[in-house]
Formats: sequence, C-alpha cells, structure tokens
Amino acid sequence: METSALKAKAAQIRMDLLTMIHGAKTGHTGGSLSNTDILTALYYRVMKIDPARPKWEERDRFMASKGHSVESLWCILADRGFIPKEELKTFSQFGTRLIGHPNNKVPGIEMNTGALGHGLAISVGMALAAKRDNKSYRVFCLMGDGEQAEGSVWEAAMAGAHYKLDNLVGIIDRNRLQISGSTEDVMGLEPLEEKWAAFGWNVVSIDGNDMDALVNAFEAVPTVPGKPTLVMANTVKGKGVSFAENVPHWHHHVPNDEQLQHALAELSAELERYQQEGQVR
Amino acid sequence: MANSIPNRQVICDTLLELAKEDRDIMVLASDSRGSAAMATFANAYPDQFVEVGIAEQNIVGISAGLAHSGKKPFVTSPACFLSMRSIEQIKVDVAYSATNVKLVGISGGVSYGALGMSHHSVQDIAVARAIPGLAVILPADRHETKKMTEALVEHEGGVYIRIGRNPVEDSYESEDYEFVIGKAVTMREGSDLTIIAAGETVRVALDAEAALKEVGVSCRVLNMHTIKPLDEEAILKAAEETGHIITVEEHSIHGGLGAAVAEVVVQHKPVPMRILGIPDEPAIAGKTSEVFEHYGISAANIRNIALDLIGR
Repeated sequence: METSALKAKAAQIRMDLLTMIHGAKTGHTGGSLSNTDILTALYYRVMKIDPARPKWEERDRFMASKGHSVESLWCILADRGFIPKEELKTFSQFGTRLIGHPNNKVPGIEMNTGALGHGLAISVGMALAAKRDNKSYRVFCLMGDGEQAEGSVWEAAMAGAHYKLDNLVGIIDRNRLQISGSTEDVMGLEPLEEKWAAFGWNVVSIDGNDMDALVNAFEAVPTVPGKPTLVMANTVKGKGVSFAENVPHWHHHVPNDEQLQHALAELSAELERYQQEGQVR
Repeated sequence: MANSIPNRQVICDTLLELAKEDRDIMVLASDSRGSAAMATFANAYPDQFVEVGIAEQNIVGISAGLAHSGKKPFVTSPACFLSMRSIEQIKVDVAYSATNVKLVGISGGVSYGALGMSHHSVQDIAVARAIPGLAVILPADRHETKKMTEALVEHEGGVYIRIGRNPVEDSYESEDYEFVIGKAVTMREGSDLTIIAAGETVRVALDAEAALKEVGVSCRVLNMHTIKPLDEEAILKAAEETGHIITVEEHSIHGGLGAAVAEVVVQHKPVPMRILGIPDEPAIAGKTSEVFEHYGISAANIRNIALDLIGR
C-alpha cells in the first residue's frame, strides 16, 4: 500500500476504534490513537502476513507488549479480514474474544499479553528460534514508554543484543504520557535512546506519526547486521483527535456522543484529504 | 538402595540422550548450568542450549517465545527463584498463552540447606498449583526422574517440576513400573491407613510403612508424583478403603500436597487426616535430613502419628 493510502487507512482505523470504544463504553483511547500509525505501517505494508493463514510459518511476528492499547489492533485485524468486522461490536462485552488486551483465541494474535514488560522477552525467544532454524521471519515488538520502567524489559534488551538478533525490532510508542501524567515526572526515562544504544541496540529515532518515516525505518531492518533494532517512535498520545492530543486524562477515557461526532468529523476530513492526495499521484 | 546420582543429573543425562533424536528439545539456564548439572548438555548441544544470565523473568519469557516457535524448552533454574520471581511470566506467558514450557525447579524444598529462607523453596507448590493449566510434578527418585523426563518430552503443555539438589535414596527398585502424569503410584498396599507423599518424602513414607508393619499396622503408601492434575480417584479410594490419611511433604503446610489432598477428602469423603510438612515459619537451616528430623518428617514420627490417628 502506498503511503497516502496508508495515511487514509490510519484515519479510518482511528474512526473505527473510537466508534468501538464509544459503543463499549470502555477502552484505552489515548495510547491506541498514538500507536495507530505504527500498526498501520506494519499490517498494511511491512509485515509478511496472510490473513487466510494466521499461523503461516514464515510470517513476521507482532507482539503487542503494551497490551492495553489493543483497540487499534482489533480494528486492524477486522479490517484485514482476520476476524469479522461485525465482531468489533462485542469489544469488552461479556464472553467476548475481543477483551481489553491481546488474546490468542483471536486469529492473528501470537500470545496473550497485558502484564507489562513481558513482550520483549517472548520476542527474543521467537527471534532466537528463527536464527537457530535459519528462518527469515522478523519479530516486531511494540512497547509503551511507561513500560520501560519494568526491569524485565532490560533483561530482554540485554539478551537481544547478546544473541545478535538483527531479526528483532523493538518499537517504543514514545508518547511521553502514562496514566499518572508525564513519563518524565512519574519515572524519568531520558536519555532513553542512549540507554538502548548502551544495551547494544541500533537505535532509529523517528516521528512515529509520520507514515513515510515509519515505513522507511521498518523496511530497512535488519539495519545493522548482528544488532537488534530499536525504533523510537515519537508519537502524540491521542493523535488525530484535537481535544484528546497530549491530554493524560484520555489514557483511559471514553468519548461521549458529542465528542465522538466531533472526532469522527475531524478524522473523516483527514481521510478525504489523504484519499485526494492518493488520486493526485 | 543407596544412590549417588542426583535427580538433576538424571534429567541432564536423559535429555542428552533424547536430544540426539529430537532437535527441538532445548535447555535454558540462568547462570545455573552447573547447579542444574546441565554443563554436559550445553557442551554437547550448543545449538540447543540458551544461557540467559541471572534473569528468571527473562528465562521464562524467552522460553515461551521458543515454545511458540515449535521448540520444547526445558528451563533449569533454582526452584526458589523460578517459582517466585518469574511467577507472572509463568502465569501469563506459559499458562495463559498455553505454551509448551517445562519449568524445572532445581535444588527445591530445603535442599539448599544452610543458605536460608531466600534459597529454600517451600511455597512453590502452593503458588504453581494455583495457576490454571499448569501441571505440577515432583519425582521421587532417580528412576522416576528418568521416566518423568521421557514423559515430559512427549507431554504438550506447561509443567512445573521440582527436584532436590542431592542424591536421594531409591524408592523404586527399578524403572519397571508405569509412570503416567496425573496418576499416583501405589508403592505399598494396605488397609489401616494411607500415607500420601511426593518427591523426596516418598522414601520417608516407605520407611514409615516398614516401621508400622513391625507393629502390625497395614499401611498403604501413595506416591502422588503429580500434584496437579491430582489423582482424586486414588485419594478417594484410599479414604474409602483405609479410613485415615497422612500426607508428608517438603513444603509449607499451607497450600501444598496436604492441602490439595484435604480439599478432595473434605468435600467428598471426610476421614481423619494429618498434614505433615514445614510449619508457618522460615525453615531451620541444615541438611535435608536434619531439617526433616527437626520437623518430624521421619519414619519414627510418622509411625507415632499413624498409631494415634488410628487409635492404637
């Protein structure tokens, strides 16, 4: 998919997830909006996947270590045909598969996550297995920036570099906000890029809401032979919805009817703009 | 019978043999290849061995990723750390995600002797058996450890295994018996009472049975090597046929084998029962045999408890 189409797709996914969260009256809105561009780049352009064969052995693996922002992922899996679109209406309802965290009963989800600081270690195991078996698949692991306070992240970071896993890509959704406020006030992370570099990772820092930058960064992997790559995706929490952007309160807040209409109007304008951009090309 | 081979060595030797044919078997260590007796495996199959350093959360997460990719990982790490420090990874990455990870807790119970409470592992059974889908196994001796290891390679699913550090006296004469995960082994038949044990306390239970036989008491001994899934049928049969039960374990009296047996007995066939184990205190330091003696995990004490229980 071309980048203008990817941008239009991201706007559509944002509209889908807001509608889904509004319907369910629950959800992690801010972090899902910030990571939508990352997931869109991966699921519509970068990753080798086949919705008809979710367990295809050669597929690239995606691990949502920041499991609470699963809303964008549910909408993408539905849009790509892993699950029926109709099922999004069951999000967070009694007995649903589409719970508030990744659930491997859903085709396209590799492992259950939700407890923070777990995804990277599992990804190290997957990437290590690929190396030992001479397989070419890559493993993409999306982490939150607040999640970086978990010590287990750094245990896995050490192992990824030690085993020279250049088929492993860590992504940090660096939106600088967590539930209690700024990451730097809650538990300072900076200089975060230097920390990852010091742990032996090749660090690529980009605007994580810039589709061209995301595609370029992911497609360049393996960036440095023998080194895992860390993509520092600098994003805006609540991205795409003017009243939610950079507001900590929207970490886990549900739009009311009026707010939903306002947000959908903003996003559909964006969607049209990107669709026209695509036609001009 | 006297024996000089620790169970951890038996696991290594058995996996070494099986790994020749099965290239998916992997062993992981957390700077524990020596204490887990896995150095020979690491040297023989470097491609099937992963060192993670002193990082118990990481070893479980990495194993889950390997298992997800078709490998059969055996995590070998001290039971005290493996069962507690990484319990969330065991819950989420192994049990919840249903990955085929075998968690081998080495030097479990009080077998780290003088190292104290930080290194004793006498809460691990309680913790592990509260996790849905996770099997919990304690082999009794070297024969059972070999049979268990062979069975584990074939078994699909998460398992917590606990073994001790030192060689243990044999409970079986040979490997000529049937080992099935989830099925207790009747070591001795009897009609007056049943002693249920697991792991290294099976030997103590057998000695107690011999002492009771001398005074004319017919004692059944069940080796409950799998604490989860528990062999409820064998327990209820024992309650029905022998009317009294004593459990013996190298674990806190809270939440271990005794508690598991009691949950079945009290709900389906209440009979007089005694639970023998480590009381609610940091276990005293010393050799396993000394610690057992201190807490009455001995043939002589079990004999006395048994006589009291059946009113003789």
